[in-house]
Amino acid sequence: MSQDTATYDAASEFHDRASLSQKIQATLHKYPWLSSAFVLLFASIIFSFFNENFLTPSNFSLILQQVAIVGAVAAGQTLIILTAGIDLSCGAIAVFASMTMAKLVQGSPGEGHPVGWAIWLAFPAGLLVGMLGGAINGFLVTKVKLPPFIVTLGTYNVFVALTLTLTKGTVPSIEMDPFLLTLGHYVNIGPFRITTGVIFMIAMYSVLAFILRYTGWGRHVYAVGDDIDAARLAGISVNRVLMSVYVVAGLIFALSAWIVIGRVTVASPNTGSDLNLDSITAVVIGGTSLFGGRGTIFGSLIGAIIVGVFRNGLTLAGVDLYYQLLAIGLLIIFAVSVDQWIRKARK
Amino acid sequence: MSKAPILQAVGVTKNYGRVVALDGSDLELFPGEVLAVVGDNGAGKSTLIKCLSGAEVPDEGQIILDGVTVSFKRPQDGRHAGIETVYQTLAVAPALDIASNLYLGREIRKKGPLGSVLRMLDSSGMRKGAKDHIAALGIGTIQNISQAVETLSGGQRQAVAVARAAAFGQKLIILDEPTAALGVRESRQVLKLIESLRDRGMPVILISHNMPQVFEVADRIQIQRLGKRAAVVTPKTHTMNDVVAIMTGAMTVDKKDQALTPVR
Repeated sequence: MSQDTATYDAASEFHDRASLSQKIQATLHKYPWLSSAFVLLFASIIFSFFNENFLTPSNFSLILQQVAIVGAVAAGQTLIILTAGIDLSCGAIAVFASMTMAKLVQGSPGEGHPVGWAIWLAFPAGLLVGMLGGAINGFLVTKVKLPPFIVTLGTYNVFVALTLTLTKGTVPSIEMDPFLLTLGHYVNIGPFRITTGVIFMIAMYSVLAFILRYTGWGRHVYAVGDDIDAARLAGISVNRVLMSVYVVAGLIFALSAWIVIGRVTVASPNTGSDLNLDSITAVVIGGTSLFGGRGTIFGSLIGAIIVGVFRNGLTLAGVDLYYQLLAIGLLIIFAVSVDQWIRKARK
Repeated sequence: MSKAPILQAVGVTKNYGRVVALDGSDLELFPGEVLAVVGDNGAGKSTLIKCLSGAEVPDEGQIILDGVTVSFKRPQDGRHAGIETVYQTLAVAPALDIASNLYLGREIRKKGPLGSVLRMLDSSGMRKGAKDHIAALGIGTIQNISQAVETLSGGQRQAVAVARAAAFGQKLIILDEPTAALGVRESRQVLKLIESLRDRGMPVILISHNMPQVFEVADRIQIQRLGKRAAVVTPKTHTMNDVVAIMTGAMTVDKKDQALTPVR
């Protein structure tokens, strides 16, 4: 035993002699959101040099409003990516849910249904549609054993088609139900003027962060993404966890649709087309590993804000839209490289 | 020395299509002993162990645990009955910490409404429990229980897996080639763990290819050959060469010379 301890001490001494880069690597390994928080801070400082209006409460309020939708969808996307999956259909689910809510409230005068549903029926129906969409993805992933990438690539097209069938390709410009517009109201918090949608999004993140951190389900989500075989052998019902993740994510996408309606005041089949990939961008820049099991939910919020800050800051600095895209692209590659580097640390 | 076996397999048969993996194999594990199961590739030792732990359902034969005939359908059934298995592929989640891994799938909730309504986990309680379990096995080299498992060496990871089995195994522990992926020093740690399990009175079934290790820790050695039990010997009565000879069919042992009863 004493000999064992001696060898171990030698090993730990060796460990302490780690170089600076190894120490950074180890720290980032423990707190994966640190690098994205650092990027956010750094970018904010740089942009404030180019335009004095950048670091103002009103501008930051604007950025928050702009990222509320992507941020909300990214919350659901994070859950799925934590299980080593991916959801390309999230935006399509959100739009389909929003169209369902709007259509049910509005009714279809031309088709013999002049009176719409009551909002307390239509709204839950929209949420249910989102969960059902997630359940279809979950079923195909767990029972048919298809890779999530392929499943959601397929269901993405299915949900877009369903949305177009529902609307016949038109944008229903109707007077929305006041409840559906709840998340578009403005509130003043100190010098900030933000929408209720932003508050709702942050509340959603807080709830998810609590669940992931403090409940058994949260721990199982990480375990399944980390090593699915180990999770199964440890007695976790892997398929049940995966299924629940897809359903909860579907619910989050439908709730995001509520923010969408509040922001654009109509339910339009065209609003969510960028959400599918933008949400993945936010999650990845937020430090969550595409290989699963690693990352934090608040990292994705930071990731969404980073994208918003880059778009806004580059616009204020007078940079062309093309170069904004270029910057976001480089940021994604940077984020994934950092993730790979961190993972390499402890193999 | 007339102890009843804690676990007994009688005439267990398992076919995979037309391949006969187990052809009426027997096994007895007595309280407080380490039983090693050895055999050439395809001799049926893995299948036998899977039938015992519930990972496979035998086609024929009986498995008797503590005097009661059991029929496991899933690994969870075996676990609920008190049989813990440590698999060759380390069944730990690398990014989770030691305490989380120890309680993975069996998390403890906080007492009161925090646990029942908010479903919060008792993290500090689990950390303390994990510390106790690790200490009880004399695993001194693990200092920080909140360390991610991936920061541990292979031997320490295997130690976490063994500690988990020891913490929750009510009746017995099965170790499926626990040292196959480990270095010399790390294997030594695991062998020590096996000895400390035996010292605590926990019966252990050890599957291994490594003869010196088997001869070091096993009380009795069961040799599988062609899906059957060829013989049961002890490290005292037979040499490694004998065991290899029995494994390959070059030698047979008379029933009366075998160690079919407990030796401890």
